[in-house]
Amino acid sequence: MTTTIDPENLPFVSETSVSVEIETEGMILNIGPQHPSTHGVLRLVAKVDGEKISNVEPVLGYMHRGYEKLAEVRTYPQITTLVNRIDWVSGFCNEIPFIAATEKLMEVEVPERAKYIRLMLTEMARIASHFVFNGAYPLEIGALTPLFYAMEDRERVLDLIESVTGGRFHPNFNRIGGVKPAAGAGPATKKDIQDLPAGFYKETRDAMETILLACDKFEDLVGGNEVFVARTKGVGVLPPEVATAYGVSGPILRASGIKFDLRTTTDYLPYKDFDYDIPIGENGDCFDRWFVRLQEIRESAKIVLQAIDSIPSGPLQAKVPKIIKVPAGECYVRAENPKGEMGYHLISEGGLGPYRLKIRTASFSNISVLPWILEGVLIPDLLAIMGSFDFVLGDVDR
Amino acid sequence: MSFGLELIIKIATVAAIAPAMALALTIIEIKGSAYMQRRPGPLHVGLRGFIFPIAEVIKFIQKEDIIPTKADKSVFKMAPAYIFISVFGLFVVIPASPTLIVRDLELGVFYFLAISSLSTIGVLTAGWSSANKYSMMGGLRAAGQLIAYELPLILAVIGVVIQAETMSLVGIVEAQKELGLPFIIAGQGVAFLIFMVAATAEMMRVPFDMPIGESELVSGFLTEYSGIRFLLFYISEYINLFVMCAIASTLFLGGYHIPFLPEEWVNFYGPVVLISKTFALASVLILIRWSFPRFREDQLQNIAWKILIPVSLVNILVTAVMKVVL
Repeated sequence: MTTTIDPENLPFVSETSVSVEIETEGMILNIGPQHPSTHGVLRLVAKVDGEKISNVEPVLGYMHRGYEKLAEVRTYPQITTLVNRIDWVSGFCNEIPFIAATEKLMEVEVPERAKYIRLMLTEMARIASHFVFNGAYPLEIGALTPLFYAMEDRERVLDLIESVTGGRFHPNFNRIGGVKPAAGAGPATKKDIQDLPAGFYKETRDAMETILLACDKFEDLVGGNEVFVARTKGVGVLPPEVATAYGVSGPILRASGIKFDLRTTTDYLPYKDFDYDIPIGENGDCFDRWFVRLQEIRESAKIVLQAIDSIPSGPLQAKVPKIIKVPAGECYVRAENPKGEMGYHLISEGGLGPYRLKIRTASFSNISVLPWILEGVLIPDLLAIMGSFDFVLGDVDR
Repeated sequence: MSFGLELIIKIATVAAIAPAMALALTIIEIKGSAYMQRRPGPLHVGLRGFIFPIAEVIKFIQKEDIIPTKADKSVFKMAPAYIFISVFGLFVVIPASPTLIVRDLELGVFYFLAISSLSTIGVLTAGWSSANKYSMMGGLRAAGQLIAYELPLILAVIGVVIQAETMSLVGIVEAQKELGLPFIIAGQGVAFLIFMVAATAEMMRVPFDMPIGESELVSGFLTEYSGIRFLLFYISEYINLFVMCAIASTLFLGGYHIPFLPEEWVNFYGPVVLISKTFALASVLILIRWSFPRFREDQLQNIAWKILIPVSLVNILVTAVMKVVL
């Protein structure tokens, strides 16, 4: 049998086919899934005319790991391991609302000390997450150096988290009814539960004070840079009504001028005992989104400093049965994560694992506004705007 | 000495000096940025980080030379050579002393401006022939940028030419020697600033590196280049940095001349003085590179057309008037 190949119909045989593809009129530019600035595998199909973008369509799902389905075949204590990996930049924060939802259904009263430890580590994870943003955002505008400074300060926080939980990114530290005994507790100390590691308070105080100084440094170095200001002021303005219409939450919403923070409105952690500000922006542009996050680092550091002064003593763990079974019921717990609102809708039918676990993640809702905000901007601004949204692909696709 | 022998010696000297200067500047850049960013790699690894750039060169040579299937192959292969040639050609007019110069052209400044704009062709062909949308945009951005900044560069030099009354680079240095002051103090300070800004844009260095912009255009016109061809771009970038700074120090900082040293030994200390001045200027550019983000394309054009060109025209006017009055 012979096959005949018609050279006319072969794709890309002639070298002149190049020019057919490159036309300024309605060129389609694929940004991602492999692109240095999409923070993972987000794909944006952009219709561009020269440098101007007329239309953007985000394509999701390259990182879908099926956590919602996977949770249905896992027991409750196993699920914390999964949810750690949703927004890996602030792994600890993901555990809290899930554990809180389970405890709510089981009607377990968590000891105060455990709540304080949870709160401290949540704020530390928030600092770490915002430092990643603070390093990565100037990089997208074209400045490489702040990344190294930000990573250095983030490392202090990660060291603290590691000293308590044993893990830097994925602590898997919360237990239903409390927290795990701190890292280093071997079989000998199993009976009397080991608490926070020695020297933790002093190290935390030092680290937080260094971080407060680092924030001033960042405000000077990055916020005081004329080129940075020229690139971000007035770029990518998100009006408050659009932000609310698209379900945007977290620092992006607050940068648009809406003072909405779940830490004050809900009681998943004892934030009412603390004194802190909720920074909001004025214009809702990229600069405000950067600045709000920088100020949130300061507020979080202040919360941690207050927490180590006022942490009550007591047990770390409430009495819970050996085999955890959650009574039938349904609840939705939401929390203020570094990226925005994270919520778990937990439906239990009384078994060892949930019947259904719906996860509401911040990044997914936040990037839904991208097609609206990217309409008619230039390509460099696309990167500036996308970077200011600070999404994590694990948080988008789950 | 016959012309042929002289030519061979000159070519060999330039071919030895140019990569050496590029390597020296690479080391300064890598070490300087590592100090600024507290990176341990280039500071402490392997002979205090000094074999870092050499390792980098070996890495590039080992890499596979990939040419995209859809690329316009012959153009794609030639593009790095255009840039390399245009950068090398500039060495002809750089005076290391009145006699240590490849050729003291009477129109030296004119030659420099003409040859340096040749690199536009290389960048544009590199962007176009890669058959990649990102490269294409990078190439077009580069073309727009190089053309826009050619003008302030030329206009800034015209002030110097008017004051020195010659276009020969040796002549310009001699004029500064007679004046007793380098031109940066003696009237051309504004022109110097304009020249340096325009030269930074010509070299596509931060904050004017939009054609390369790795975070938006994935390295722009360099995206598809790998291995030895990428290395050619890389080396020409640093040779270009050296040449631009050498020209700037010749035009504005007195070049090889330094006061209080005996005139007859200029062949010995001239190259050292020139290289020191050049590296000092290059260090400033390196400092800027690692502290600034990049501008947007339209902001870059605004700076060229709305600030630099009017200011340099005024500078020419003032220089001409002062020349007549004094």
